[in-house]
Amino acid sequence: MSGTFVGMPAFPEAARDAVGNTTLRANLRHATHTIRDKRAKAVAELADWQQLREAGKQIKNHTLRHLERYLVQLEESVVRAGGTVHWAADADEANRIVADLVKATGEREVVKVKSMATQEIGLNEALAAEGISAYETDLAELIVQLGRDLPSHILVPAIHRNRGEIRDIFREEMGKWGRAAPDALTDSPAELAEAARLHLREKFLRAKVGVSGANFMVAETGTLVVFESEGNGRMCLTLPETLISVVGIEKVIPTWQDLEVFLQTLPRSSTAERMNPYTSMWTGTTDGDGPSVFHLVLLDNGRTDTLADEVGRQALRCIRCSACLNVCPVYERAGGHAYGSVYPGPIGAILSPQLRGTESEIDASLPYASSLCGACYEVCPVAIDIPEVLVHLRERVADRGGKGHRLEKAAMKAASWAMDRPGVMAAAERAATRTRRLHPKKVPGTGAWTDSRALPELPEKSFRDWWKGEGR
Amino acid sequence: MTRGDGETGAASRTGTGTGSRDRILARVRTAVADAREAPEVTRDYLTTHTPDDPAAVLDLLHENLAEYRALVHRTDAEGLPPLLARLLAERGSATVLAPAGLPPEWLGATDAVRVQDRPESTAAELDAVDSVVTGCALAIAETGTIVLDGGPDQGRRRITLVPDHHICVVRAPDQVVASVPRAMVRLDPTRPLTWISGPSATSDIELDRVEGVHGPRTLEVVLVSD
Ligand code: SF4
Repeated sequence: MSGTFVGMPAFPEAARDAVGNTTLRANLRHATHTIRDKRAKAVAELADWQQLREAGKQIKNHTLRHLERYLVQLEESVVRAGGTVHWAADADEANRIVADLVKATGEREVVKVKSMATQEIGLNEALAAEGISAYETDLAELIVQLGRDLPSHILVPAIHRNRGEIRDIFREEMGKWGRAAPDALTDSPAELAEAARLHLREKFLRAKVGVSGANFMVAETGTLVVFESEGNGRMCLTLPETLISVVGIEKVIPTWQDLEVFLQTLPRSSTAERMNPYTSMWTGTTDGDGPSVFHLVLLDNGRTDTLADEVGRQALRCIRCSACLNVCPVYERAGGHAYGSVYPGPIGAILSPQLRGTESEIDASLPYASSLCGACYEVCPVAIDIPEVLVHLRERVADRGGKGHRLEKAAMKAASWAMDRPGVMAAAERAATRTRRLHPKKVPGTGAWTDSRALPELPEKSFRDWWKGEGR
Repeated sequence: MTRGDGETGAASRTGTGTGSRDRILARVRTAVADAREAPEVTRDYLTTHTPDDPAAVLDLLHENLAEYRALVHRTDAEGLPPLLARLLAERGSATVLAPAGLPPEWLGATDAVRVQDRPESTAAELDAVDSVVTGCALAIAETGTIVLDGGPDQGRRRITLVPDHHICVVRAPDQVVASVPRAMVRLDPTRPLTWISGPSATSDIELDRVEGVHGPRTLEVVLVSD
């Protein structure tokens, strides 16, 4: 039912469209700034934030270096705890495995916890083709699904919709899928949430099969972990008889203790809370409590290609907190859809071209969807050097034959608003010291700023020095 | 069946995609063959951010729970039954669900009808219950979190999920820890764990926080000191 990212225009064109949409821009700006400011406060509460960040980075690096060992250990632990493990090399295989597992239960409906891995592989569409309805149960995902729309943010996927739009979607669409929205539904968030509660509760209470992803998988114990706020995750993870979790192979961590790092850094980076309202952890199956059948589908789908790239593999450390989106001047302007993938923003700009390759126009353009200001690196709780990977990928695209320069021009134009802001641009220029070769001397474009001025000479001082010294 | 250990054994116990299993693992091996050795993790982060003073830790728990919109009450062992009775009465709860291992005296003062969670109770039956009362495995002060591990006084995960009102009793100081690292060493990962920080909430609509989307709308935490 929902649309697809395949066939999206390349980033520059998509961004230009988004920039022209003032409602979208206002919604996004409100969202990113609100979360950003709250996040800084939540992080400042922990005196050892930098040590936690370093530990998170090290845990992930160590795991990726020994990924084979930890995947095998995870498999053993899950099997020991009563689960079944499946391996999927690509999206098609994963979809086929899930569809077969659902069919074997005799059911034609599944309830889903928001999961980027299943969006990445287009699971809902694949299940629909097999006659299976997959219901998204996260409020934002429900809004997106009912609106036949695409998610635009990792954390708040419907952030591009305002309350009036949501009310209209609920009024028109809910009845087609189950319990209809009340006639007198207004656009108050409380009433909208209540309508979603009633609409979905009916589905939760009868669901026999749940489908989820996971934020982490612990090799040592076989424990899977899902962070959420609404309780829809708990519903999907505990009420059905069968639970199927589709998880990227990079989500494994070695030990139970390692979780203590991410339990501290993920919520604060993500929703800017000390802890999200609900975190569920399950290890295989438990007699008399929760699903009696548990399947784990381990997904590659381009991850081993990413792992093979010396510079790019750090993108696999990502814990999907979305902090980098909220500080990104290009994301704020262009919106999540422009990235043409379930992974928007700075992380999407480096992850999608690695998972999918840079053959398509959109993927080749993504490494240019950045001003290289470095703010994404600064907030990343696992210290992924996104600018470094962007530059690395630009080289890869440029090496393949001249497309790069054109894409860069177009991307810079789409992000030209940043140039009206001396602070942002100053940061971007300083960050660009090490990327001179890939920068045009003058940005061709239509904006007043770019017409009248050449880009200043790139200073010696790096962005990070600046950020620490004068920034903020 | 002969030797069932090692990779071959694991492969035979997996589901579909066994061919892919070997292919993925081989690709992983090749991908990192030349990668630099990644050192073991330096754990120089703090194990707690709070002074070791049980009274201060309890106050912090109270404060953080309240900030995340749980309703917090304090009492002692003797005051617990009348307090629970009052909280149930104030909400007009006619039925209360309690796990089998809840100390019976806790609900000694209420006249709400006690409902048992039977394995065969359906989700719809749970949906009809007014309130649920449980204990917990522990509570974390720095994050304002209560952790349930399915122990006898907590019951199955679904009973604290479907009803709209959850009262959780925390025994201080025994069940109160300062921080997440202090909690991890006390928890058993083989049990199903539910970490709860405030009531169910969403900020999906224009970032306005709304409570009680799917989980309980109201979370009350009773801190019992001895
Ligand atoms: S790249 Fe870093 S900041 Fe961005 S979503 Fe991933 S973990 Fe979060």
